[in-house]
Amino acid sequence: MKAKPILFIPLVIFVGLAVLLWHGLGNNPTDRESALLSTPFPDFTLATVDDENKQVTPEVLKGQVTLVNVWGAWCPTCKQEMPQLLDLAQRGVRIVGVDYKDQRSEADKFMSDFGNPFALNIFDPDGSLGFDLGVYGAPESFIVDANGVIRYHHTGYITAEDVDNTIMPTLKRLQQ
Amino acid sequence: MLQRMMLAVAALLLCLSAGISLADNGPPEFQDPALGQRYSALTEELRCPKCENESLASSGAPIAADIRQRIAEWLKAGQSDDEIRHHLVQRFGEYVLYKPRIERRTWLLWGLPAVAVVLGAVVLTLLIRRRRRLRVNDLDEAERARLASLLARHGEQQSSNREAR
Repeated sequence: MKAKPILFIPLVIFVGLAVLLWHGLGNNPTDRESALLSTPFPDFTLATVDDENKQVTPEVLKGQVTLVNVWGAWCPTCKQEMPQLLDLAQRGVRIVGVDYKDQRSEADKFMSDFGNPFALNIFDPDGSLGFDLGVYGAPESFIVDANGVIRYHHTGYITAEDVDNTIMPTLKRLQQ
Repeated sequence: MLQRMMLAVAALLLCLSAGISLADNGPPEFQDPALGQRYSALTEELRCPKCENESLASSGAPIAADIRQRIAEWLKAGQSDDEIRHHLVQRFGEYVLYKPRIERRTWLLWGLPAVAVVLGAVVLTLLIRRRRRLRVNDLDEAERARLASLLARHGEQQSSNREAR
């Protein structure tokens, strides 16, 4: 009997599904786009780590491209991230920290132990800014353009490869 | 030695109990039981953004506890379930919804099962129709005679087999 083309339909469907699902297996399930991309940085009025009497708002992020890093002294991977942040700061990147669910004394100790790449540290002890940013685990980083709009989101700590492969190119692109 | 071990055990227990008391404030209390029900339904229905497959209600992640607390606050402030879902999607993305919303992007997802059922029904109908058309015609006179003789012979064989046994 001559094979009819219609008999190949299940095979074609199978191959299509196999390719699709195989591709899906390679995805990193924790790697998701932030819901805040292309939206303005959420509104906040918070003190800084250095000065409890100084209140800052999203205005501090305007005027130049900024890397916002959400961290906490309690967070072990934040320690692994510090060398990369110091490197970025040395390359002239403006880094604003969000000290997430932390205490001032702990944060100060952390920075004296591991260095301070931050131009400024927003103090967010109850995690309200982190919540509005959709942060579900420190460290997370956001790149905010000169108009205060979120353009890039990085979950987990920034590795040395990330600095060269994604962070610096994104910053450069936004600075143009 | 024994003393040291006991000290270590005591320290461990202390750490554990401190951990437990820090972990969660327990479920919030609502004066209105209807709010409590909506709280349970929402926390069961929404996914913890930190975890890959746990609802807000079942997750022990700190962010899940934060979100539960926010949901309780929003409920008490008189927000609707849809508003609360919207607040969370705005911050944590569609990921928090176990059930994707029906919108243009998800039409294929929601529509595919219905399309598959319709397609299956069509294929099945076509097959059945064709089968009917191809059904063997009734036997003619000569064929019927041959069938009868075959059956008779078969019957004889069987009965002779039985006798032989």
